[in-house]
Formats: sequence, C-alpha cells, structure tokens
Amino acid sequence: MLEANDLACLKGDRLLFRGLDLRVVPGEMVRVAGPNGVGKTSLLRILCGLALQEYGEVRWHGVDTRRDRESFHRALFYLGHAPALNDLLTPLENLRFACRAGGDAVSEAACIDALGRIGLAAQRDLPARVLSQGQRRRVGLARLFLAAQRPLWVLDEPFTALDVRAVADLAATLSAHCEAGGCVVLTTHQDAPFERPPAVLDLAGVAC
Amino acid sequence: MSGLLGPFVAVLRRDLMLAWRGRADVLVTLAFFVIVVCLFPFGVGAEINQLRAIAPGVLWVAALLSTLLSLHRLFAQDHADGTLEQLLLSPEPTALWVVAKVAAHWIVTGLPLVLAAPGLALLFDVEQDALGVLVLSLALGSPILALLGAVGAALTLGLRGGGVLLALLVLPLFVPVLIFGAGAVDSHLAGTGATAHLLLLGGGLLGAVALAPFACAAALRIAME
Repeated sequence: MLEANDLACLKGDRLLFRGLDLRVVPGEMVRVAGPNGVGKTSLLRILCGLALQEYGEVRWHGVDTRRDRESFHRALFYLGHAPALNDLLTPLENLRFACRAGGDAVSEAACIDALGRIGLAAQRDLPARVLSQGQRRRVGLARLFLAAQRPLWVLDEPFTALDVRAVADLAATLSAHCEAGGCVVLTTHQDAPFERPPAVLDLAGVAC
Repeated sequence: MSGLLGPFVAVLRRDLMLAWRGRADVLVTLAFFVIVVCLFPFGVGAEINQLRAIAPGVLWVAALLSTLLSLHRLFAQDHADGTLEQLLLSPEPTALWVVAKVAAHWIVTGLPLVLAAPGLALLFDVEQDALGVLVLSLALGSPILALLGAVGAALTLGLRGGGVLLALLVLPLFVPVLIFGAGAVDSHLAGTGATAHLLLLGGGLLGAVALAPFACAAALRIAME
C-alpha cells in the first residue's frame, strides 16, 4: 500500500501544491488529474523518490520510502516522460538493458515475447532512432509485461502517442494488473477505456 | 553476488557496445591527444635536450586535456533520454553502476591514451627504459582522472555552460595527479627511481575508487531533483 501524507511540492520558488494526501490500496488505480503545470509529473517523481518533497512523507507498506529505498524500488516500476531509449541500440537491447539494470534477471526469450505482445516483433532488431514516437513509447511499455512481480506501477502519461488499439490494450493490461492485486498511479489527459473507471485525485483542489 | 553484479555487468556491456557503435566519438579523443602532443615540437623547436626535458609534462597535460574533452559525455546522453532516471530507480546500489560507467568510459577513452603514449614519447626522444614508467604512471593516473571527472560531470549535469564549468571544477583537482604522474618519469630519468611517485599514484587510485563513486552517486541524485 502506497501512502502519502501532507505532501508539499516546491518548484523553484513557487509552491505547486500542499497538504496533499494519497492512499493507494492493492487492486486500486488512481488517476492524477489537473491542468498543465499543476504538478502532476512532480507528484509522480516525488512518489518514486526521484525528487524531494518540501514537506510530508511517502510510505510504502508503512515504511518511509527514503528509509528503505532498496525494497521500495524493488516493488516499483516507473515510466516517465522520456522513454529511456538509446538511439544506437535496438529495442531488444534497450529492453534487456532496462530490465537487467533494474535488477530483474530476465531471459532473452522473455524480452522477445514482451516486444511481440506490444506489437514490435518486426522492429526488434532495428536501431531505436528509426522508430516512430508511438513505437518508442511501446518499447518502454513492453517492460510492463516483465514487471508483473512489481506491485506498484507509476506511469506518467502512458497513453501519449499510442494509437487507439494500443490504448485499449494498455488499459486492459493496467486493469489486469490491478485485478491481480497491484497498484497503479497514472496521469493522463485522455479518456482511456477502463473497465472500471479509476479513482481520481484532482490536484486543482490542493494547488496553491 | 550475481544479483549485485547483474546491473554492473549490464551497464558495462551496454556502454562498451555504445562506444563501439559510436566509435567516431572515441577516435576524436585519441586524435586530440595525438595532435596536442605533436604540436609541442613545432612550438618549442627541435632542440633535442629541450624536447626530452618537457616530454613527460607534455604527454601528461595532453592526456589530462583529452580526458576533459570526453568527460561531459559520460552522463549527458543518459540524462537526456531518461535512462539515468531508470538507473537511479534500480534497487541496486547507485555507486555500483557508477563504477561500471566510469570503467567503461576509461576503457574507451583512457586506455587508448595509455597505449598510444609510448609511441608519442619516441617523438620526443625519451629514453627507451623510461617508457615503461610512463605507461605505468598513465595506467595508474588516468583512472583517477576519470573517477574525479565523473564527480564533476555529475555535479554539472544539466547545467547551462556545464562543459566550461566542468573544466574549472575538475582541472584543479587533476593537479596532484599531474605532478606525481609527470614526476614519476622525471625522477626515473634523473636516476632517483620512480617508486615513490608510482606508489602515491596507486594510493590515489585506491582512494578515488573507494570514495568517488559515492560522491558521484550523491551528485547524480541532486542533479535529478
């Protein structure tokens, strides 16, 4: 279970939000909503431990995530704005590296299978620089299929640049993860076709 | 243990593979080293005793400058494409993969300098038996430069004009390495033996390996915030 208590976020010398409380229980999906610049990405980065909050704390299963970084990051899968792709490597090499550097011992066959499921079987051995925006996005998303043992998924605009069918597939994958007892926190401006609409955390309510 | 080594090996392999695919960048560093060294005889004239006297210093300063030339690339690409974020979210210790990155960087940019140095030393008519000391001093000293430089590269990551700032930040830190590196060859040629200098360089290397990765990891975390 992910908990955030009384979070405040300072960007430069501007206070983005304060007094933010968040609870994500297993099986729950939370959509962080709000207009551009309200601090959605900043909130996700604070939840992951990539950025430091001005005030408040983030707890994973009751333990402050800064005190036990290792086990929290073992449970976390984060997908940011940047797809973490190196242009000189192929999607397969990028995916394999992302998994191994993240401490997941995955086999080559599992990576190939994940790329096939995300619809990149034909582009597996092309350098990443020739991929389109949507295809680049998919390489990052392919890790979702290899991150099933990580209960907490934090996704920043996962639907950007995807076509209609990929959006539906991704929504189904996220719903399935929640049904299996995982937690999902995501931001999106799109109305994705979820079976069960996610809980909404509107940042406009705590914005300064 | 294999769990700990997994990310280390993954980062090392990937960075070496990237260096191989972008070999032009790597050759630029080596070419810069060769050209800077070759410029000195043109500048100071072909007086053989003078060339012999300045050779260790010239080779060391050139090695230092070419190290500096490639340092800003160490984290810049990974920072831009988001790989660094993912690496920082790895449950494994940050210092571990930082060492892998620096090691790959040294293999690609430092090792060629060490190997090219004896050939260039011949241009300055350095005595044959001093070449071994020169190679040894560079082999011990250039990893220190890479490790210290990595801390500077992490501190200046994402800053405007980071390249110039990086030079200002790390060049003063390179001074002791330069003194003992060039001094090793000088004292060998003077007949007093290079052992003391090489031991100091070795000690410096051990100290840098022990401390720099942690400083670098902390600097990277700050850079991401």
